[in-house]
Amino acid sequence: MKLDEKEIAGIIKEISGSDVKKCMKCGKCSATCPAYGEMKFHPHQFVTMVARGKIDELLKDETVTRCLSCFACVERCPRGVEPANVVAAVRVLAEREQGGSNFVPDEVPALIIADKEIPQQALVSAFRRYRK
Amino acid sequence: MQRLGVFVCWCGSNIAATVDVDRVVAEAKVQPGVVFAQDYQYMCSEAGQNIIKDAIKQYGLNGIVVCSCSPRMHEATFRKAAEAAGLNPYMVEIANIREHCSWIHKDKEAGTEKACVLMRAAVAKVLLNTPLKAGESKVVKRALVIGGGIAGIQTALDIADAGFPVDIVEKNATIGGRMAQLDKTFPTLDCSSCILTPKMVEAKTNENIRLITYAEVEEVSGFVGSFKAKIRKKARFVKEDVCTGCGVCMSKCPSKKGLNEFNMGLNNRPAIYIPFAQAIPNVAVIDKTQCIKLNTGKCGLCEKVCTAGAIDYTQQDEFIEEEYGAIVMATGFRPIDASKFDEYSYSTCKDVVTSLELERIMNAAGPTGGVLLRPSDGKHPHSIVFVQCVGSRDVSGRGKPYCSKICCMYTAKHAMLIRDKYPDVEVHVFYIDVRTPGKNFDEFYRRAAEQYDVDYIKGQVGKVWEEDGHLVVRGVDLIANEQIVLNTDMVVLATAIEPDPTARKVANMLTASIDTNDFITEAHPKLRPVESPTAGIFLSGVCQGPKDIPETVSQAGAAASKVIGLLSKNKLTTNPCVAHSDELLCNGCSCCEKVCPYGAISYDTHLINDHGVKETRRVALVNEALCQGCGACTVVCPSGAMDLKGFSNKQIMAEVEAICL
Amino acid sequence: MNYSYYPGCTLKTKAQDLDFYGRESAAALGITLEELPEWQCCGAVYPIARDEIATKLSAIRALMAARDNGTPLVTLCSACHHVLTRVNGDMQRNADIRMKANNYLKPAVPYAGETRVIHYLQLLRDEIGFDNLKQAVKKPLKGRKIGAYYGCLLLRPSKEMQFDDPENPHIIEDFIKALGAEPVVYAMRNECCGGYVTLKSEAQAKENVDLIIKNARAHGAEELITACPLCMYNLRAHQDGSMPVRYITELLYEALGLREGGAADET
Repeated sequence: MKLDEKEIAGIIKEISGSDVKKCMKCGKCSATCPAYGEMKFHPHQFVTMVARGKIDELLKDETVTRCLSCFACVERCPRGVEPANVVAAVRVLAEREQGGSNFVPDEVPALIIADKEIPQQALVSAFRRYRK
Repeated sequence: MQRLGVFVCWCGSNIAATVDVDRVVAEAKVQPGVVFAQDYQYMCSEAGQNIIKDAIKQYGLNGIVVCSCSPRMHEATFRKAAEAAGLNPYMVEIANIREHCSWIHKDKEAGTEKACVLMRAAVAKVLLNTPLKAGESKVVKRALVIGGGIAGIQTALDIADAGFPVDIVEKNATIGGRMAQLDKTFPTLDCSSCILTPKMVEAKTNENIRLITYAEVEEVSGFVGSFKAKIRKKARFVKEDVCTGCGVCMSKCPSKKGLNEFNMGLNNRPAIYIPFAQAIPNVAVIDKTQCIKLNTGKCGLCEKVCTAGAIDYTQQDEFIEEEYGAIVMATGFRPIDASKFDEYSYSTCKDVVTSLELERIMNAAGPTGGVLLRPSDGKHPHSIVFVQCVGSRDVSGRGKPYCSKICCMYTAKHAMLIRDKYPDVEVHVFYIDVRTPGKNFDEFYRRAAEQYDVDYIKGQVGKVWEEDGHLVVRGVDLIANEQIVLNTDMVVLATAIEPDPTARKVANMLTASIDTNDFITEAHPKLRPVESPTAGIFLSGVCQGPKDIPETVSQAGAAASKVIGLLSKNKLTTNPCVAHSDELLCNGCSCCEKVCPYGAISYDTHLINDHGVKETRRVALVNEALCQGCGACTVVCPSGAMDLKGFSNKQIMAEVEAICL
Repeated sequence: MNYSYYPGCTLKTKAQDLDFYGRESAAALGITLEELPEWQCCGAVYPIARDEIATKLSAIRALMAARDNGTPLVTLCSACHHVLTRVNGDMQRNADIRMKANNYLKPAVPYAGETRVIHYLQLLRDEIGFDNLKQAVKKPLKGRKIGAYYGCLLLRPSKEMQFDDPENPHIIEDFIKALGAEPVVYAMRNECCGGYVTLKSEAQAKENVDLIIKNARAHGAEELITACPLCMYNLRAHQDGSMPVRYITELLYEALGLREGGAADET
């Protein structure tokens, strides 16, 4: 069953727990984002696009995985919107689609061989955040 | 035999859209004692009031119920109408079917049902009403103004001009308030001191005004027309009437490390000081936490150098007790603490300053003599970034949910003044919205952008950090949809303003209500904006809500005119709905006396004839002039002796029964 | 004083220093860290999506074990601390998650977030006290200019973590002071190191690390300390080696004089 954009936006609001309508469009999330330059859509755009139900483009965007989940936007948002939670919810929905992940566990052994210092924590994170 | 009338108001569609007024009328007609019921579109209008008056006369009504808005809105209106038709005004009851019913319901069926219930309760109550007669109380023809900023000064001057004596109580050592700290004022750019200090002098010299500085109101009792206040005048350790303000003590004081509050802590002041050159009164004060003599017993230099002999280390706090007919709150504001927003590095970087600090830096009498210099190294900055809305419109818990209203304009002012005086300085302003409603305000802001080349960037700043002698600002330009990193020399934070922390304490003392942000609530946001719901308490300036100087001065004048109106009266009618004690039931336990917040209950021992048995008993007596009719005594009275006129226990029970029917 | 201790997987592998120095120092300070007998990986990232329950279970198991042990749960790794604290918060405040997790785990006594999760630094500050720690220091780290690197996970979101002022924290600075060294305060100490994105883009992580190290150096830091193995990795991997980075516990171990005090050093 295929959900339409508005329905997916509803799920994102639900699982992110974020009230995107509280956004006053100040842009502080994007002002503080250390991954701004790496992401096609910026935190403030995520919030606005989810509020408007424009989800398809967000779901297709691979750079969503560049969000560091550093929660600087969550901490500094004057409206309590929690943009990082919105980004995470979009990413989770993309991962839940069959083949929606752009990072698969098979890639991991090569990473370990390439750099022996990589901590387990990063590898586990990789498994957790990028699924088949 | 009761002959009651019920009048049901539509309030346009406010009530009629959610309440079936015809049904309320029909149900009213079958209530016991009701001989007349009618609805009308606007019962408060002249035509509506005439319906009431005519019905009272035609049907010989001896009690009426008006089903309409809150009694706070129109109870007085309908009482007056009833009185005009010869009915005792206290035979009028209001059933609030708007605020308590139509406005909070969507379902017309439920709304109608509830309106009927409220109507029935009011009918049940009015059946037990008795005619009451209002008493009279005196008006003390003196006003108290709490706060000596521009709001307090203007209010006091206007009251004094009308011929009434006024006391200004100011907690600081000088009057002048925040406005005295400002350099120039928008949108005309006239010098703040030049327009304020003459008013300060006027306040000092006006024979109707008494300045009580370095003082705080400690206790207030009484009620409109007859308040009693106890004022603590803190020890200055300097005789106010002897000090000439020469300032020699300041230059000789060896304890020089006190933070200069007037300069927002940007430089230091000695332990004995005059806050600023134009201070009123121009009298020194000793900071007792900092003074060496007061803390160790040694030193005493200021006493030695004072040729006037004004120093007195033994001075104690003094108390002034005075009666007032009216009290004006003008407690003002302060900027919020910017260190709550340390992503901007306010706590750790000296060159990150608040707008009020910049105001001092720009001021000719400020720590840099009005020369724009970086606080860290005293060098000339080449670039400045302004960040607006720091803590305003913030619901995260760190800031304030409201717009502070003045920041857009003062930021434009700062930006413009800097560009005007130092054309080599680049100025960037990060803004969310530029809000400039006000006469010549938007033109002013546009001038900053267009003529003075101030770079307005729509977006916010996320982080400020210091590196290699300059500041780095990471922000976003939402129009260009890009994150930008700017190197700059100074960052200025437009911090939100909040009510002065004393406001809450003062409001509690005056039983004036405050909102969730500690602003004082108006009696009506549109129609009674300078009065508190507590009679005799008036509001002036930012204590009521954020406002700029022109607005503050207008409101100060408005508050003064209300005070003058009150003080012009010789007598006030008092509320007859006061407590009274049935001496046959009273057992003299003192419970009521203990809970009375107004000190209205006393005890008397006298001979009582209890159904033929004569004995001497101790019984409660209510001073009707002091009683405010709060009813606390009736609740605690164990014997049921204490009752409230107009809200008797029987009446309340009748209402409850009518609701539960 | 007894505490349950949750080391987490990284401290058993790549971050054995963090663990070893932490345990030895705690023992020297009279604190017994009792490792939970059957802990599992906490999951390394907190599952933000509210409908994710299964990914929170292993953290809940650890929290429950500490509850049954009757002791607070001490963590050292920032990521574990972050996950355990937030999942614990969910169990306290989110009735839906609490119900589903309890229904699945079926513990003898349902779990509702009763365990107190404390970070090793909080243990030092609140249970031992930095003043007492200062007294216990045998070899003060005099003259060393040390920058605290907090990263994100200990501090944010502050409403849930309740760790320190999220924008101007000072617990590690106070710790550094207690050890006799000079803390160097710099603004980038709470900005992200790049985290696990380093697996995807080393360049992105390096960009972050550059900003942090440049800023720390500009303020005179000669070395950095951190409590997070992933921060440690990024800070070490994406610089030229001129800025030494150590774990907080190693510094403590050194200041307590344990390195030359005969305690068995890690081999």
